[in-house]
Amino acid sequence: MEPEVLHCSEHTVEVVSDSGEGAQKCGQIFGSVSAKMGNGVWTVEIIPAEIQPPARNAAGASGNRIRIGTQTVTNWGDRANVVVAFNEQVLLARHRLEALAEDAVIFLEDMWEKHEDEKVRAEWQAGLEELSRARYRIIRVPMEEICLTVVDDARKGKNMFALGLLCAVYTRDMAKVKAQIVHQFRSKSDEVRERNIQLVELGVRWAEEHLPFRIQVPPTESDRPMVVMNGNEAVGMGAMAAGMDYMAMYPITPATSVSHYLAEAFHKAGGVVHQAEDEIAAVGCAIGASFAGKVAFTVTSGPGLALKTEFIGLATMTETPLVVVDVQRGGPSTGLPTKVEQADLLAALFGQPGDAPKVIIAPATIEECFHSMITARRIAEAFRCVVMVLTDANLATGVQPFPRPKLDPRWQARQPDQGPVPKDTRPYEWDARSGLSRRFIPGQPEGMFVATGLSHDEASRVSYVAATNALGLKMRSRKMAVLSETLKPPEVRGDRSGDLLVVGWGSTKGAIEEAVDRARAKGLKVSSTHLTFLAPMQPGLKEIFSRFKKVMTVEINHSDELNDPFVTKENRRLSQLCWLLRAHTLVDVDCWSRCFGEPLRPDHIFGGIERMFTKGGQR
Amino acid sequence: MSGSQFSLLDGDVCGDERHLTIEDYSSAVPRWCPGCGDHSALGAMQRLLESEQLKREKTVFCSGIGCSSRFPHYLKTYGFHGLHGRALPVATGIKMTRPDLNVFAIMGDGDCCSIGLGHWLHAVRYNVDMVAMLLDNNIYGLTKNQTSPTTPQGHKSNTQQQGSYLPALNPLSATLGITNCSFVAQTSDWTPAHLFQTLKAAFHHKGFSFVRVLQRCPHFTAGIYQDAVRHPDNVELLTHSAGICEPEAEGLYKNHISHDPSDLHEARRLAEGGNGKFRLGLFFRDESRPRYNETRALPKYTAEEKIEILNAELDRYAV
Ligand SMILES: Cc1ncc(C[n+]2csc(CCOP(=O)(O)OP(=O)(O)O)c2C)c(N)n1
Ligand code: SF4
Ligand SMILES: [Mg+2]
Repeated sequence: MEPEVLHCSEHTVEVVSDSGEGAQKCGQIFGSVSAKMGNGVWTVEIIPAEIQPPARNAAGASGNRIRIGTQTVTNWGDRANVVVAFNEQVLLARHRLEALAEDAVIFLEDMWEKHEDEKVRAEWQAGLEELSRARYRIIRVPMEEICLTVVDDARKGKNMFALGLLCAVYTRDMAKVKAQIVHQFRSKSDEVRERNIQLVELGVRWAEEHLPFRIQVPPTESDRPMVVMNGNEAVGMGAMAAGMDYMAMYPITPATSVSHYLAEAFHKAGGVVHQAEDEIAAVGCAIGASFAGKVAFTVTSGPGLALKTEFIGLATMTETPLVVVDVQRGGPSTGLPTKVEQADLLAALFGQPGDAPKVIIAPATIEECFHSMITARRIAEAFRCVVMVLTDANLATGVQPFPRPKLDPRWQARQPDQGPVPKDTRPYEWDARSGLSRRFIPGQPEGMFVATGLSHDEASRVSYVAATNALGLKMRSRKMAVLSETLKPPEVRGDRSGDLLVVGWGSTKGAIEEAVDRARAKGLKVSSTHLTFLAPMQPGLKEIFSRFKKVMTVEINHSDELNDPFVTKENRRLSQLCWLLRAHTLVDVDCWSRCFGEPLRPDHIFGGIERMFTKGGQR
Repeated sequence: MSGSQFSLLDGDVCGDERHLTIEDYSSAVPRWCPGCGDHSALGAMQRLLESEQLKREKTVFCSGIGCSSRFPHYLKTYGFHGLHGRALPVATGIKMTRPDLNVFAIMGDGDCCSIGLGHWLHAVRYNVDMVAMLLDNNIYGLTKNQTSPTTPQGHKSNTQQQGSYLPALNPLSATLGITNCSFVAQTSDWTPAHLFQTLKAAFHHKGFSFVRVLQRCPHFTAGIYQDAVRHPDNVELLTHSAGICEPEAEGLYKNHISHDPSDLHEARRLAEGGNGKFRLGLFFRDESRPRYNETRALPKYTAEEKIEILNAELDRYAV
């Protein structure tokens, strides 16, 4: 009998297992293959914080969510439509987080039912009982049993079986699947690659023999060349495209994989990843390299950013170009290392004791992760300043296809000028209007000067004269005003005026826009805008805000709820961008935020928007 | 550290063609207290620059924060007067990306042995080609008389008014204890000729040259090196044909210890001291140790070549 075919314009899939069972590999390959077939794709990793959490443990659920669509997919969606779960505990974790659609189709490994351990059997019973209260369609799959026909340890094979199953359900191009396996396991032996392909085929066969349905998410034909990668790879590749070839870092989740990628890529393209003894040394080495003529960069996350604080102030004071990528994770302190948050904005902006103006850019997509590195390098060099690029765990591990960048030699940093410095120019000869000055690089005859973090005059002589210090402060700040003049006002999505304007920044863009589109479809007069530059701010915000009755930010960081004990309008702590926008525009901006260690879902944002209409929000 | 071995940049522009004098290497007038040992260290350094005729534009002095870290301001070279304790990371970044530059790092004892200790010990292991000079006055000078890790036990300071509680940290032993250590010497500000010869040997050593200068601070630790200054008997000079040979010191100090600087074991024993005497000379040198700046040297590609490589990289991610 021919299986029934369900046609969908988009679908969300999850693969969840215990850590170490490879659900992530399965999800990654499924996502990459789908992208390569021409589907829109957004993937998000579901990561436990520990490397080896206990088996069959809800907190240890590890895997991937892959949302595929006919058109571009900009966020991870609401709830999963199809799930492959390697045990009922990891499935329960997703169930309890309300991550699964009411009518989700679930492929569940059922070896636990007859497990030798009585405790496991009891857990299975209780788990299925809990799940039975939902209306999921659970399809049991004897994954272990089938995999054991090929491998001795099924824990090492189920992920490929699951991949085969999913590829059959979604009628993926098997040649592309095999090619992707060969690529993913390029460092492994032929034997491993062949065995994986064999397991995939078993998954396909099981689906063919047992499943009366297929799901079609037709790809869009496009002759635009595309590439697919995650945000950390895009940051690394963007850095290379910008000609940055010196990166100093200290390992920290979720930033580290930039260095993994670059360690491999620099080997071919020429460059150095210097793993320093700590984050302070890392940024110090980067500043040294920049002083010596590069625009060097460092990549870190919250706790590492805290350590780099003093050096970032020094780079600002000495006007040494520097790019700092902060892949935000949950905080404060060690916080939630593997989870997303957008809570470093104010620390990035105000982290330095003393006034330290700097540029902050927040890419919203994987593609922007790439391009923001090119912009960051250029600004850092032209303005002799620190540029911070704020990405987050969502972008870092998320995979999305985007148009292949047309590399341009003009993006590349030039070799440092080694010609003599013109007579009588000084190392901080600030242009009185713009605050800009010419950068001197060691090796340049007649340019000898001593950069110093102490207050200094235009010749870089230490000066305790109040007026000299005031001039330095003014000139370093002026550069930001000059840069802001070159920026464009952000675009407004939807009507240019209305009842509510939603303002976001960073990785939440896709989810916000999807939510706003839904609200508009329901007749609500909502528009949205998204900020790429957080410092200096893009111009025109106050004017844009004035066209809306209400303005609210949507963010992944903490804000107090007005109904909570002791919380009043006066003492309410707001989301970070909200605070900033209020100061910047004097508009009574409100906020809706959700800080659950996961990306925002359009349906949740939609709820926040609706509440703003029904209850007048928080005010 | 050897001079500019190779140039990173094509069409290297020559700076100074004429013979440079000490004055040419001098910048602002030093603001240290009269009698401060830093004056002598600066003089020896200027002599080194002059005798080696180092290109001023190809030379960078990095420092931290402290009286001693004012050093770069008094030299007519490039300089980076950075953060307390953090001269070495900056110097490392410079040398890794610009092997054509002569790099020096100047630190105080608080700088190097307290707040910057992590960087110091790791720098020894990286063995990046540079001269690191520790100006050790056994005290925090700039911040006015606080105990440092090298303050002798019992010495009174503003923070430890009953006398320093802990035995002093021995920077020589610490350095010699680190894997990949390649050059360790000790000299003093009151033996300027020996100081100069030590810097010269350090400069010519390929690798991380650690020089501890016993530096007098008449302001806060006036008595500390008095025994050695007044009574040459309290000094032991390490001599060897492969070590630092300086006739003036050899004449002044009668206690000679013949020490082969390739002998790490003996170097460690001598560094421990034990008899209350001050030992000056070259403790250890090994040019065969791997240098991180060379292992990690940046290959050169043009922008066009890079784009070609990058395009191949993008191919791997092509849809
Ligand atoms: C992060 C930081 N902490 C503390 C200080 C204050 N501080 C400046 S110099 C110094 C100690 C100086 O002692 P040392 O390094 O021995 O140099 P000296 O002045 O003796 O040459 C301290 C604690 C600082 N500048 N930065
Ligand atoms: S306080 Fe001591 S170290 Fe500082 S300048 Fe004066 S004598 Fe030299
Ligand atoms: Mg000191």
